Amino acid sequence: MSVLIVLFVFYLIDRALDLDLGFGFLSGPGGFAIAQQWVTDYQSSDTRWDAYLVGIVNTVRLILIGIVFAMVLGTLMGLARLSSNWLVSTIASVYVETIRNIPLLIQIIFLYTAVLLQLPRISDTYSAFDIFYLNNRSLALPFFDADGSAGIWFLLVALSAVAAWAVSRSLKRREESSGSNLHPMAMSFAVFILLAAITFVITGSPLNPDAPSLMTTGVGVQNIQGGLQVTPEFAAVLLGLVIYTSSFIAEIIRGSIQALPGGQNEAAAALGLNFYQRMTLIVLPQAMRIAIPPLTNQFLNLTKNSSLAVAIAYPEMVLIGSTIINGVGHAVPMFILIWATYLAMSLLISIVMNTLNNRVQLAGR
Amino acid sequence: MIHKRILLILAAMAVMSLIAVACSSDDEDTEAADTGSKTGTLQTVLDRGTINVGVKDSQPGFGNLEPDGTFSGIDVEYGHALAAALFNDKNKVNFVTASAANRFELLASEEIDVLIRTTTWTSSRDIDLNSSFTVTTFYDGQGIIVRADSSIQSLADLEGSTICVTGGTTTEVNLEAKLGEAGIAYTGLVFAGDAEIVEAFIAGRCDAWTADKGNLAGQRANFPADAGGPDSLRILPETLSKEPLGPVVRDGDTEWFDVVQWVVLATMAADELGVTSGNVASMSANPPGSAVANLLGASFDGGAINGFGASLGLSPTFMQSVIGQVGNYDEIYNRTVAPIGLARAGSLNASWTEGGLIYAPPIR
Repeated sequence: MSVLIVLFVFYLIDRALDLDLGFGFLSGPGGFAIAQQWVTDYQSSDTRWDAYLVGIVNTVRLILIGIVFAMVLGTLMGLARLSSNWLVSTIASVYVETIRNIPLLIQIIFLYTAVLLQLPRISDTYSAFDIFYLNNRSLALPFFDADGSAGIWFLLVALSAVAAWAVSRSLKRREESSGSNLHPMAMSFAVFILLAAITFVITGSPLNPDAPSLMTTGVGVQNIQGGLQVTPEFAAVLLGLVIYTSSFIAEIIRGSIQALPGGQNEAAAALGLNFYQRMTLIVLPQAMRIAIPPLTNQFLNLTKNSSLAVAIAYPEMVLIGSTIINGVGHAVPMFILIWATYLAMSLLISIVMNTLNNRVQLAGR
Repeated sequence: MIHKRILLILAAMAVMSLIAVACSSDDEDTEAADTGSKTGTLQTVLDRGTINVGVKDSQPGFGNLEPDGTFSGIDVEYGHALAAALFNDKNKVNFVTASAANRFELLASEEIDVLIRTTTWTSSRDIDLNSSFTVTTFYDGQGIIVRADSSIQSLADLEGSTICVTGGTTTEVNLEAKLGEAGIAYTGLVFAGDAEIVEAFIAGRCDAWTADKGNLAGQRANFPADAGGPDSLRILPETLSKEPLGPVVRDGDTEWFDVVQWVVLATMAADELGVTSGNVASMSANPPGSAVANLLGASFDGGAINGFGASLGLSPTFMQSVIGQVGNYDEIYNRTVAPIGLARAGSLNASWTEGGLIYAPPIR
């Protein structure tokens, strides 16, 4: 067996030597445009490295938003499965058993072609107050247009959050020692809002309201300009990833809660805590301890599954990598690069989750 | 236990050397010189008894997998023509589906002997990818298709529009080169597969759809009737790019290059000389002139037989097999590309005698 593995590795090296494995081609100009960009500002004259970076950013956006929503939806569904209400628990069971047994690619293509593309055409767009638009090209909402000093303001906001956290922590300590109610949550929130507002004025109001509007060109081509636009491609992939992953997360949450000794919940109930208090103070903190390792797996799956976006024109890493391959070839180094990027992302998620896991584990005494 | 540890170390070393190879081979093309020492592709193919041809499986008229499991299209016909030339049997060919992403790797790794997959001849592919383009069998160009009732009549009307792009070739780059440089703002949506792009176009997700004209004509011919059928679509007159398509072989094997090149050129020569699958038998028995005799490996007026086939390492009468079993360029074209709505007359793919670009050097 081991001899076979060694031979296989040498075979791979031999094949690799026959192919051309340089990365120099990525320094050339991309030459193609990328429509859906977020934070990045790639132009077709920029290098292929820059184009690939857009793909990475688009993938990261998908993963971050996806993990948050999948976690929220999954937790709700997991709790719903444990509900004593027959209707709620049955709906949750059907949800989990249906969603997790349909391949994700099929769900994404179904969401895209059968749901989102069936929204009205842009010529018949839904519109509210001429600032909200919904059609099969985008969901457009009023948003803010950031100017040059926005970056500095975002940094100051982050510092405000740190300050607010410090305030909350010191108030909590005083609350515990003095016993009087000092409202640490409300106080720290007020500090945060105040600091953010002051820095906003100091940096010269870097955000301006930006409402979308429907434009028609001379020949009658319509499009929506400005605002925050969510494309059906992004929405379909995000929804697909969130729904699919949440069905697995629901099972993990349910299992983790059921793994707790029943006495925990019963004792909390005997103390007179209501359902919300029992869940947030007693059950979920302990259940999360059990849930974190399997949740890590689900986050990693979501990360890798995001590559399915390639099927429906969302420009993430694999799609942009394919575009580069189609233009100039060099498939093997490009795929090695994509492989390495996914590996780096997955390892990063693992490190974060393992750190969290170590923090919440019961300390041995 | 120790056994496992040694294995682990070996595997780690292997991975590291792989990475070292990946990082150090920036000045490539040194491998090309080695290929001379290997057995030539022609001999390999003759020994194997079949030829492996990389083709496309989703483009009517060019390379398409039919419901009965057979391949059809002009690229596929040239695979058959090569088999007929090599083995006197057009069915001794093994078609391999090549994707846009893996086609050059299939060729480089010798999974296929020749790549005939609507592959555009560009300088970077010819020079950087260790591949050699033989002859152009179809002069294509990127076009744009819109709804017939759309107000878009020319490229300038595309300002502000959303354009669906068939990925898998150099389409995105050509689109940006034409529209971006003309200052026309557009939103491009690149789809990996044809099925999703058809759905998106039908739903009105995009105002226009761009791909090679040969591909668009095929998609138009197959456009679903419940979405309006072929007549509900219109291809804009502009051509965005030059897309010469033809067979590709590996660099550094001139013997095999010559075989592929001259089989294709000879089908074009047969078209010019009026040799068809219907008259090839009588033409071989009684050639009307020395040009036809040279092409078919026949004797003209009792003279010596020309060494065309023999100099390629093939049977002297290989073109009788090709024309008899597959046909000349015109027959191949009319059987494959013409049915999707691309007439040969008046196009770049007409014979040079009729103002087109299809031209075969003399065979003598």
